[in-house]
Amino acid sequence: MGIIEAKKLVFEYIRRDEEGNVEGITRAVDEVDMDVAQGEFIAILGHNGSGKSTLAKHLNAILYPTEGTVWVDGKNTSEDKNVWDIRQCAGMVFQNPDNQIIGQVVEEDVGFGPENMGIPTKQIWERVEESLKAVGMYEFRKKSPNHLSGGQKQRVSIAGVLAMHPKCIVLDEPTAMLDPNGRKEVIRAVRALNQVEGVTVILITHYMEEVIYADRVFVMDEGKIAMQGTPREIFSQVKMLKALRLDVPQVTLLAYELKKNGLDLPDGILTTDELITALQNMKR
Amino acid sequence: MAILLNHVNYIYGAGTAMETAALKDITLQIPDGQFIGLIGHTGSGKSTLVQHLNGLIKPTSGEIYFNGRDIYEDDFDRKELRSKVGLVFQYPEHQLFEVDVFSDVCFGPKNLGLSRKEAELRAYTALKQVGIADEYFYQSPFDLSGGQKRRVAIAGVLAMKPDMLVLDEPTAGLDPKGRDEILDQIAKLREETGMTIVLVSHSMEDVAKYVERIIVMNKGSILYDDEPRAVFAHYKELEEVGLAAPQVTYIMNRLREKGYDVDVDAITVKEAAASILNAVK
Repeated sequence: MGIIEAKKLVFEYIRRDEEGNVEGITRAVDEVDMDVAQGEFIAILGHNGSGKSTLAKHLNAILYPTEGTVWVDGKNTSEDKNVWDIRQCAGMVFQNPDNQIIGQVVEEDVGFGPENMGIPTKQIWERVEESLKAVGMYEFRKKSPNHLSGGQKQRVSIAGVLAMHPKCIVLDEPTAMLDPNGRKEVIRAVRALNQVEGVTVILITHYMEEVIYADRVFVMDEGKIAMQGTPREIFSQVKMLKALRLDVPQVTLLAYELKKNGLDLPDGILTTDELITALQNMKR
Repeated sequence: MAILLNHVNYIYGAGTAMETAALKDITLQIPDGQFIGLIGHTGSGKSTLVQHLNGLIKPTSGEIYFNGRDIYEDDFDRKELRSKVGLVFQYPEHQLFEVDVFSDVCFGPKNLGLSRKEAELRAYTALKQVGIADEYFYQSPFDLSGGQKRRVAIAGVLAMKPDMLVLDEPTAGLDPKGRDEILDQIAKLREETGMTIVLVSHSMEDVAKYVERIIVMNKGSILYDDEPRAVFAHYKELEEVGLAAPQVTYIMNRLREKGYDVDVDAITVKEAAASILNAVK
């Protein structure tokens, strides 16, 4: 069993009108199976309303399954006694950087999690230091979060989760509100966590370029997993992705257009380097 | 000659320890009917600039002219200016509040003192302009999808019949299809009405496809102000200020370095594909 496993996960909620009368039931997540191994980098794509955030909220017991089961590190999320262990094991980072920072000083904010866990003071400071270093924010430790850019704030949020020593970190559109530079900073920090620290990463995003580094990609539609595979397998299916209201990176689209016009190129080109190599090989 | 900014400076917190120059000596002309992309990283001054255009922020020094008249002249009607220059803020759907879509869009024109009939007529036209079908008119705006909510919010501004529409990050948080839909709708709106449009964005890919002129802001000053091709030719400099040209610009430049005879000015996938096909055949 991996670090995260979901079996036939269903989540339904009741819709009510203004007087509180039941209007109907919406199934936001529909029989999802997934198994994530320790150390994997998983990306989840899907259009607005496809159920990806609802799924993510099951991974650290913010929501409980209506049917089916979710295990995090072998613990069932539906059992109350497991909640604290699960939240410590799987940390979550949300979209809006301004909603998740509470400290007046960067290092205090990062120390909040471990302090709440009852870690001895000396170790809190060690954890704060290593977490801030891991996301490249150590030099800002004495600053007020108000004076940071969006990308820097998100990296502080990630450090705050990291200080709790999670095995897994779930990021729900962490770059949606950032500019290109902020996006790059955050993705770089996330990749480093995964590759250097071995933290399992589950990244939800609308930006296709952020997905190409993932080990596996899940594409959600109407609460179900519509596609899964490596980034190359997923991005080879340009038409299918477009039908699911998604896109491919510009370089992948360019290669696809060239192939359609008769050039002999492989499917699912993901980077500029790959395209250039493929074009050069073709010439010879 | 619709809007003219003459050496506009804006300083936040003047005289305090926090004093920051948000805009530095901005001189800018926005003629009628242009489709402009305003680009810059967070904190570059784009939002501050945009709020000067309809008099929400008063410059520390410099003048702003609307159709030839200084907007800070004593007898200038700034209330009318605000209906002529429509501002759509980031995440405009957070400002929806009425019980149904139609009433929400009516709110603006009613506030202008128009008759109920005229307000409703404008609301109807505006909702049609953003592609909201009749069946949604009497639904609660909160039951709509993210993309639809945003359209309704944009309709609320359109119902004021602005000459100029300024949209601050209209695609933030939408999925790729949603992004394309909103931008296509804006392009269509501009085609049909000839309205001046200023699109504030982080995304060069989005902007490259639609606008005829790009203004790049950096640290409160204008770094570039030119047609997209000319701006993206500075892709290395753009990177230094925390921005990036569309991915195809990089591909084309790399191919040129490798000796392919491709057009480095191509800014869309379509243009790039045509140029590469030409070069390899």
